[in-house]
Amino acid sequence: MDSVVLIYKGIYILAIFGISLLIATYSTYFERKIAAFIQDRVGPNRAGPMGLLQPLADAGKLFFKEEFIPANANKTLFILGPGIAMLVAAMTSAVIPFGDTLILGETSFDLIAIDVNIGILYIFAVVSLGVYGLMIGGWASNNKFSLLGAIRAASQNISYELAMGLSLIAVLMLSGSLSLKVIAEQQAGFNWNIWYQPLGFLIFLICAFAETNRTPFDLPESEAELIGGYHTEYSSMKLGMYLFAEYINIFVVSAVMATLYFGAYNFPFMENLRNAFDDPVLGNNVVTILGVGVMFAKIFAFIFFFMWVRWTLPRFRYDQLMKLGWNILIPLAILNILLTGGGILLYDYFTQG
Amino acid sequence: MTESLFFFFASLTLLCALMVVISKNPVYSVIFLILTFFTISAHYILLNAQFLAAVNIIVYAGAIMVLFLFVLMFINTGKNVEGTMKRNVLAKIAGTVAGGLLFTVVVAALKDVTLGHPDPATFNSQVGMVENLGKVLFTKYMLPFQLVAVLFLVSMVGAVMIGKREAGEQNF
Repeated sequence: MDSVVLIYKGIYILAIFGISLLIATYSTYFERKIAAFIQDRVGPNRAGPMGLLQPLADAGKLFFKEEFIPANANKTLFILGPGIAMLVAAMTSAVIPFGDTLILGETSFDLIAIDVNIGILYIFAVVSLGVYGLMIGGWASNNKFSLLGAIRAASQNISYELAMGLSLIAVLMLSGSLSLKVIAEQQAGFNWNIWYQPLGFLIFLICAFAETNRTPFDLPESEAELIGGYHTEYSSMKLGMYLFAEYINIFVVSAVMATLYFGAYNFPFMENLRNAFDDPVLGNNVVTILGVGVMFAKIFAFIFFFMWVRWTLPRFRYDQLMKLGWNILIPLAILNILLTGGGILLYDYFTQG
Repeated sequence: MTESLFFFFASLTLLCALMVVISKNPVYSVIFLILTFFTISAHYILLNAQFLAAVNIIVYAGAIMVLFLFVLMFINTGKNVEGTMKRNVLAKIAGTVAGGLLFTVVVAALKDVTLGHPDPATFNSQVGMVENLGKVLFTKYMLPFQLVAVLFLVSMVGAVMIGKREAGEQNF
């Protein structure tokens, strides 16, 4: 690998990291604005024009709050908890293709941080580690309510990871590859996976809500039953880290959904647009840059959907949550795999026979 | 490069594995065990077996160790593990003898081991990739693969049977 590519990768990884942090920061602002809109209020409007500096004000407030560690807490693990949550959340976006290739001069640049041939498994592995941040934090607080919140969070995440993995298998059967770059390339134009996998997408969407601990599955932090969930004892920026990691997770899971089911950076008639330019390099670059915009538009649409649901639906009861996960979603996901396999066999039979 | 990375990860693996045994707090033990799985995954990546590395993390670090942590947190052994453990001389002697015997067995086994030396000319570096692994599993090792699946099914049915509520039993 020559030094140009290496430097480019470094800059790209930093840029993706910065963008995910920025989007997570402004998700907090838009969450409050959307909540205000749905509840017919004004929302934050004091800091800066239209309250646009509100996230900065919030972060400043969190930094100046008292840093409190309970007397009987396990200090090392208490500090480690939010760190793990944040680290794991920021690691996931490395394998997501945010765009096709840009051609500048002689070299072409892939708009993906690392193109591993196990991309989707990497995401799955990192997501499954997210539980540790919550569990370690909840246990180290040495508080029964924190522990109960942590246990709830962990059992919820493990239960829904199963259905999530099973719904992914159907996509992988269609694509025949674990690399997110290949999956994105196969959905060129309007050939999106959602047309073939509507049931799989629905299962994945529900599991994504559960994995990010968002309403209607935000039981780990249901304040009516648990005071505050696994982060009851946390204050100052450590609490901020937990909340912030949740928003990064929403961004990442939206990006994954857009990549797997909604064609990533592909948009209808992109081939026509590419061919409309006389210069193939220029055409490629225009389509790529538009594709990045389309990708982020899809991600923002999903983030908006997450917020819309949060302020519309009430929370599940715990036994309902478990029943939905184990008795409904997992059998449905297995049925989806069977249907997909049968569909692929039928397609091969009619096209080749 | 690869060799120095190997020695780095190998020493890290040994250190983490030692810490699993040495740590007084069981929760620390579990965390070091998770770190051990990570370093083992690093070895898999050095061997160009990325699929195995990812699956190792998903299955062991992501699922099984969470359950370990679960149980440890529920029974809360962190504080009074010192008081409950009986530290008599007999246990120490038994432990030393058992450990020494195990050490002897390992040394004896390693003495006669012959390391495989793959021929660089014919060695396929892509052997650990998902496609090749899948092909081998579904052709050459078809029967063992299916038998393992049946074994998993049996254990799953067993777990469901144990967890099932008896007729008339009230749990909550």
